[in-house]
Amino acid sequence: MNMRPYSSTNVRLYSVGFDRIIDFFYRLAEVADELKSEGLWFHYGPEALPERLSVPHKGTLRVKYGFPIYQKGGVCMDVTNVEQAQIAEDAGAVSVMVLDKLPYDVRVAGGVARMADVKVIEEVMSNVTIPVMAKVRIGHYMEAKVLETIGVDMIDESEVLTPADEKHHINKWEFKVPFVNGARELGEALRRISEGASMIRTKGEAGTGNVAEAVKHMKLIMNEIFALRTLSPEVRMRKAREYGVPYELVDLTARLGRLPVVNFAAGGIATPADAALMMWLGADGVFVGSGIFKSKDPRNRAEAIVLATSMWDDPETVVEAQKMISEAKSMMGIDIRRLKPEELLQVRGV
Amino acid sequence: MTLRIGVLAYQGGVYEHEYMLRRAFTELGVNGDVVLVKKPNQLREIDGVIIPGGESTTIGRLAERFGVLDLLRDLIKEGLPAFGTCAGAIMMAKKVRDSVVGEVQQPVLGVMDVEIVRNYYGRQRDSFEIDLSIPTLGEEPFRGVFIRAPAIVKLWNDAEPLAKLEGVTVLARQKNMLASTFHPELSGDTRLHKLFIEELVKK
Repeated sequence: MNMRPYSSTNVRLYSVGFDRIIDFFYRLAEVADELKSEGLWFHYGPEALPERLSVPHKGTLRVKYGFPIYQKGGVCMDVTNVEQAQIAEDAGAVSVMVLDKLPYDVRVAGGVARMADVKVIEEVMSNVTIPVMAKVRIGHYMEAKVLETIGVDMIDESEVLTPADEKHHINKWEFKVPFVNGARELGEALRRISEGASMIRTKGEAGTGNVAEAVKHMKLIMNEIFALRTLSPEVRMRKAREYGVPYELVDLTARLGRLPVVNFAAGGIATPADAALMMWLGADGVFVGSGIFKSKDPRNRAEAIVLATSMWDDPETVVEAQKMISEAKSMMGIDIRRLKPEELLQVRGV
Repeated sequence: MTLRIGVLAYQGGVYEHEYMLRRAFTELGVNGDVVLVKKPNQLREIDGVIIPGGESTTIGRLAERFGVLDLLRDLIKEGLPAFGTCAGAIMMAKKVRDSVVGEVQQPVLGVMDVEIVRNYYGRQRDSFEIDLSIPTLGEEPFRGVFIRAPAIVKLWNDAEPLAKLEGVTVLARQKNMLASTFHPELSGDTRLHKLFIEELVKK
């Protein structure tokens, strides 16, 4: 293992403990509560926890922010049915994301893309042991309630589906189930976190098999965080206003030198080397959408991507993973520059 | 002499354990280091190992592929101190089944005389936190964070429960092995990591 990561600091080792970050979010909510008591604010944040817990408390922040931690170093795979979900599980996926159509097919089909069939999601949940995620349309509170009720482990409020609300995202604090959201830049990521997202992923450009946009978004977020570290409090304050998020959140991110939540890469990852590249750039793990089940060698490819994601810092293993697939069988892919502006998914919900 | 503790680092809550171990070293005044283990030769240079939470199927398959699983099994049997949390506890159990799909075929270490049920409490919406009473650690309760947690439903030979919750074991010990179904690395409480270092590794 002799790969030096893209970033000069270890972005994966937090400089403060998980419990301190959780305290931070509870304290942030307390400020909001005080304002509320003066009639200035509505409840927007986590519910406070008692000092001592003598009975089990479900859906707390430790549990919502803790879930994605156990996805780190792993691969979440997009699937459309039970058979694909089982292939993913056998290959060593850490979770599956159930969709009605793979992002590539969403592009081809056009029309309105919605949440997957509830029966299919339930069927997948009863046939695999790994966590099951599903996507909802941006701002679609009810689709999210449906998924929470049937027991999906994590909800992706995703730009791959047609947005239900052009202006607002879901208030994710109201849910007991954790959410993951896409982001292209730091401001977007922090806005989603301040709305209650427990995990962030790059948007990339889904369904293209082209990793270029994911690379761009991951580098941008990393560089923006790096730049924050050298800014004085006044400038951080201005940044917070620009981003539309609490100053404390900007400050925490700067101090940590990374996002305060788990940060995955997504959007266009198609080969083991793509996955390893995103890990090298500092991603905590990867989502693979069309890349696996739109290829002609899904079984091998799924296993190879799992291998390369975990062992990204060992070039010999990445070679081994790359040998498990054939470039001739990769999904064809789409050149992003040839997409019309209205065909881009990443511009939805900023 | 430096105490070297390995964390099996394929996937999951690896850095959370590293953070807690480093804090525990400082609090104990121990000269210690953390090794992120992915290759078999790294197992030869450590005094103890933590198997973190994550997906036990993923961790098991990768460990098997690199020959870490077999070697680690032998080393633990020979006395290497091991601490498994959540998926790590599943990896250590001799008997594993899943609460929904039943019997599961997955590569595990199978070193500890316990039976464990995966996803015992249900799905993520059933994940919870609670203050646990762990007599070995003293009066002060320990915050247990249970995320899609398993449960230890049976123990035999000299495997003993150190903490129970609603009729099942959540923390167990057998000689050089410690297993928790919850996540002590998320609690901010270093007492279990210190117990592992003091009573299992340093002995």
